[in-house]
Amino acid sequence: MAPEVLLAAEEKMNPLLPAWPEVIIGLLCFFIVFGILGKKLLPSIEKVLGERRDAIEGGMKRAETAQAEAQALLEQYRAELAEARHEAARITEHAREQGAVLINEMREEGQRQREAIVAAGHAQIEADKKQATAVLRQDVGSLASQLASRIVGESLEDHARQSGVIDRFLDELESKATAAQGASK
Amino acid sequence: MGADVQLASEASCHLFSGCGFPAPGLGEFEFKPIFSVGGVDFTKPMLLSIICALLVVGFFWAAFAKPKLLPGKLQLVGEIGYDFVKRSIVLETIGKKGEKYVPMLVSMFFFVWIMNIMSIIPFAQFPVMSRIAFPVGLAAIVWVTYMGLTFKKHGFVGGMKNLCWPSGIPGWVMVILVPIEFFSNIFVRPFTLAVRAFANMFAGHLLIVVFSVASWYLLSPSIGALYGSVSFVVAVGLTAFELLVQFLQAYIFVMLASSYIAGALEEAH
Repeated sequence: MAPEVLLAAEEKMNPLLPAWPEVIIGLLCFFIVFGILGKKLLPSIEKVLGERRDAIEGGMKRAETAQAEAQALLEQYRAELAEARHEAARITEHAREQGAVLINEMREEGQRQREAIVAAGHAQIEADKKQATAVLRQDVGSLASQLASRIVGESLEDHARQSGVIDRFLDELESKATAAQGASK
Repeated sequence: MGADVQLASEASCHLFSGCGFPAPGLGEFEFKPIFSVGGVDFTKPMLLSIICALLVVGFFWAAFAKPKLLPGKLQLVGEIGYDFVKRSIVLETIGKKGEKYVPMLVSMFFFVWIMNIMSIIPFAQFPVMSRIAFPVGLAAIVWVTYMGLTFKKHGFVGGMKNLCWPSGIPGWVMVILVPIEFFSNIFVRPFTLAVRAFANMFAGHLLIVVFSVASWYLLSPSIGALYGSVSFVVAVGLTAFELLVQFLQAYIFVMLASSYIAGALEEAH
């Protein structure tokens, strides 16, 4: 009996013909799997995988960003430093120029003051010389007349002074001296 | 269940006992209905497919329902499986644009794989994909996606051109090639996609059954015991081999589905 049942089944069945109830059940099963996996489970795991990737790559990226920032800051500081140096050099140069101008001015001023002082000195000397000459002439006159009165034995002083002998003599002496000077020149 | 009934009826039949080899045949793939609703029989493959769906959903639910940044063991296994399909199949074949189709193809891969694995699970011991209705259903989904994407991306004329008009071919070859491409892409592809999965599982199951039945049949207090043990070893070896084929067929199924989608998304040339 069994082989007949088997034969009957074999005659009835074509393995390449799909049975529609099975197709429908198979599709339903697939859509249940697809629905639950696609709507809920895979998005949630994808999110976590993304977070994990972020946690790893994000750390590296953050480090890179920080490094780039530090680099930029360093560049900025360098640029500022260079600028400051340049500025300092400029200021120094300016100061040097100003200093040179000032020194020149001072030197000229000093020169002028020296000349003034020298001129004033000369004038003073001239004045002193004149005064000294006058005093000397007077002294020489009185000394001479005293000397003469000693020699002569009487006072000539008043007489000589009145007569202007001494002055005349001295003037003569002076003019001789100037003549001799003019001749020697 | 046909297989069980048959085996039970032949249980006393052994070599040298005067009965012929009860060769298993198509009956192995026919099942008595578990129950019937309005003339529609509910059979073992249907039950198995529902169990498979629940297994896939159950596994991924347990693994991914509360995902953590530092994964537990189950989540790690799930992630490896998910990442394998996503990276090694979908993104490898389609590229960055394939991101959208990852959930569908991941679902398909694990559903097909577990339905294949049923072949060697004790008590189930039947690859659901060896009932052609199941691969046909899945291939239909792939075909609808393939056609839908082709015409959505390129319009009707562009889509037909994408399907039938290979680029870089001299004009006169087109006369032969265009009908072939048309026939190949629209009719042959979904058909072979379904039949390939079906036939592999069908043949694999039949082989295991043949050697299992043979090892029982050959078992007798004679030289037959030696034959029987050889047959048994072959059956065990085939079971291990089937484990590989089951994975491979699921891989190929999803790989081809990805390559069809990639073809549909290809820029017009």
